[in-house]
Amino acid sequence: MGGLVSLLRRNAVLALLVLLQWPLGLLLNRALNPYYLQIVVYIGINGMLAVSLNLINGITGQFSLGHAGFMALGAYVGAAFTIYAWPYGVGVMGLAAALLAGGCAAAAAGLLVGMPTLRLRGDYLAIVTLGFGEIIRVVILNTEAVGGARGLSIPAAATFTSTYVCAVLCVGLLWRLVHSPKGTAFRAVREDEIAAAAMGVDTTRYKIIAFTLGAFWAGVAGGLFAHFIGYIHTNSFTFLKSIEIVVMVVLGGSGSISGALLAAAALTVLPELLRFGAEYRMIIYSLLLIVMMLTRPAGLLGSQEITQWRFWKLKTAR
Amino acid sequence: MEQFIQQLINGLAWGAIYALIALGYTMVYGVLRLINFAHGDVYMIGAMTAYYVAHWLGFASAPSLQGFVVVMIVAMALCAALGALIELVAYRRLRHQPRSSMLITAIGVSMLLEFGGQRVFGPDPKFFPQLIESHSLFRAGGVVLTNLDALVIVVSLVLMIGLRWVVMKTRVGMALRAVSFSYDTAALMGINVNTVLSLTFMLGSALAAAAGAMVGLRNPKIDPLMGLLPGVKAFVAAVLGGIGNFPGAVVGGVLMGVTETLVAAYLSSTYRDAVAFVILIGVLLVKPTGLFGKVTVEKV
Repeated sequence: MGGLVSLLRRNAVLALLVLLQWPLGLLLNRALNPYYLQIVVYIGINGMLAVSLNLINGITGQFSLGHAGFMALGAYVGAAFTIYAWPYGVGVMGLAAALLAGGCAAAAAGLLVGMPTLRLRGDYLAIVTLGFGEIIRVVILNTEAVGGARGLSIPAAATFTSTYVCAVLCVGLLWRLVHSPKGTAFRAVREDEIAAAAMGVDTTRYKIIAFTLGAFWAGVAGGLFAHFIGYIHTNSFTFLKSIEIVVMVVLGGSGSISGALLAAAALTVLPELLRFGAEYRMIIYSLLLIVMMLTRPAGLLGSQEITQWRFWKLKTAR
Repeated sequence: MEQFIQQLINGLAWGAIYALIALGYTMVYGVLRLINFAHGDVYMIGAMTAYYVAHWLGFASAPSLQGFVVVMIVAMALCAALGALIELVAYRRLRHQPRSSMLITAIGVSMLLEFGGQRVFGPDPKFFPQLIESHSLFRAGGVVLTNLDALVIVVSLVLMIGLRWVVMKTRVGMALRAVSFSYDTAALMGINVNTVLSLTFMLGSALAAAAGAMVGLRNPKIDPLMGLLPGVKAFVAAVLGGIGNFPGAVVGGVLMGVTETLVAAYLSSTYRDAVAFVILIGVLLVKPTGLFGKVTVEKV
């Protein structure tokens, strides 16, 4: 009984946030037109992608450029699950099962990348993960069962509510992992792998955990994306998508979950505001990357969370 | 068998192109420990410059070998300047920052060249003028060696030998090798590290531009995103040969070109682009330092 109480207490914030979906969903569905609602959903999906990549790139310091590959895997496995394995119509349970299947497939792939690439660091890892993402894409492109080059149409079952719940779970669980004692180990791997290993941190284990978990949530985000749009094509998951997610992490501050989330929201809204200059979007991204690295290499928030800002702590600081 | 030899010739010509680009990667990696993601885009700029120069100087309407040589040299000179500029603006200030910062900047520069190129040159493919008429030099049964294939292979060889001469026999080359061992020691010996790094980028970019101009001859369709995949593949070639190792980059490039052509011919052309990455992962698993690489131990 005591265990149950403490379990509930520890998860109270998370549960509350998840329950918030009901009034929030009602409100947003009433207040926003479909176009704005779509942007809100994209913020959720991109937020999940950025936060999950942040676990790998920002917190564990393993520069990965293959996040779009994991997303693609999640999207396609989730979609195939809905089409082939769940012929009873897509309800909430069906969607949850499809997302879980996609997430698990991506996690398996993350494990697969994580294992052999452990002996690589920095640039090599970046290029291998890039390659892995492209291999996934090329294989899907050549798989006729999921539409191949034609793309794949699926019932659009994901809504604001499902995206919100997934995003809250993703951010909440990763937040707790990163801010737990184990989170320190992830950061130790980032700061100095050799020193961390010398201090008894099982660096291999933490790198694999980071890759697997990061890939899992990217897969779920991919599944949501597929079920929200209703049509997927491998062109949505190219190297450029990976770069876009990297930009979010870098802009927000490698190592800051709230930073990744804020940057994801900003970079989702910004192109919509800049509709008239859509062809300049990638140029802006690239300039953003270069200028950011030259002037503020740690990103906007650095490795700080928004909750740690001095702004909130003015009183205690004095 | 005939088809196999024909594919081998095609692969060799492609391999020579990859090798030229890979040399630039290897040089930059050797002195800066940076995967210069923008290198593949310098190759694209090389092809584009050659296209415009050929039109401006009127060689597009009056094809000749001399015209091609002039076009190639102008493209190489312009891209050398571009390479030095990229180093100066994007990489110099980051030299003492964590390596991931430099990597991110490199990605930024690469995207800037690609999408800036799309704005400047237009997103549609352009057709490279036929500066040299294609004809067969040698024919045996079904095997044809065209003058273009021969030109690509010969010019690449000449450039590679030239580079080797510069790096191994001149004072500048000695400075370059010294910097690749240690910035600080080289600086103490009176070497201007900044100049050497600029020079490294200039040499590498000039080779990439030459590759770009030659690709225009064999595959006339050029576009602003054409550097993306060859760039990554040339990097894989450099890793395959052992990054930082000159002969390794050449062997890696040729192996890569031949493998790709054979896969495209005998398996499926859609898998062609994935081959590079399969090779890369294989190499890194079996012999992470590449075919000719040396093992180094990292210390705290």
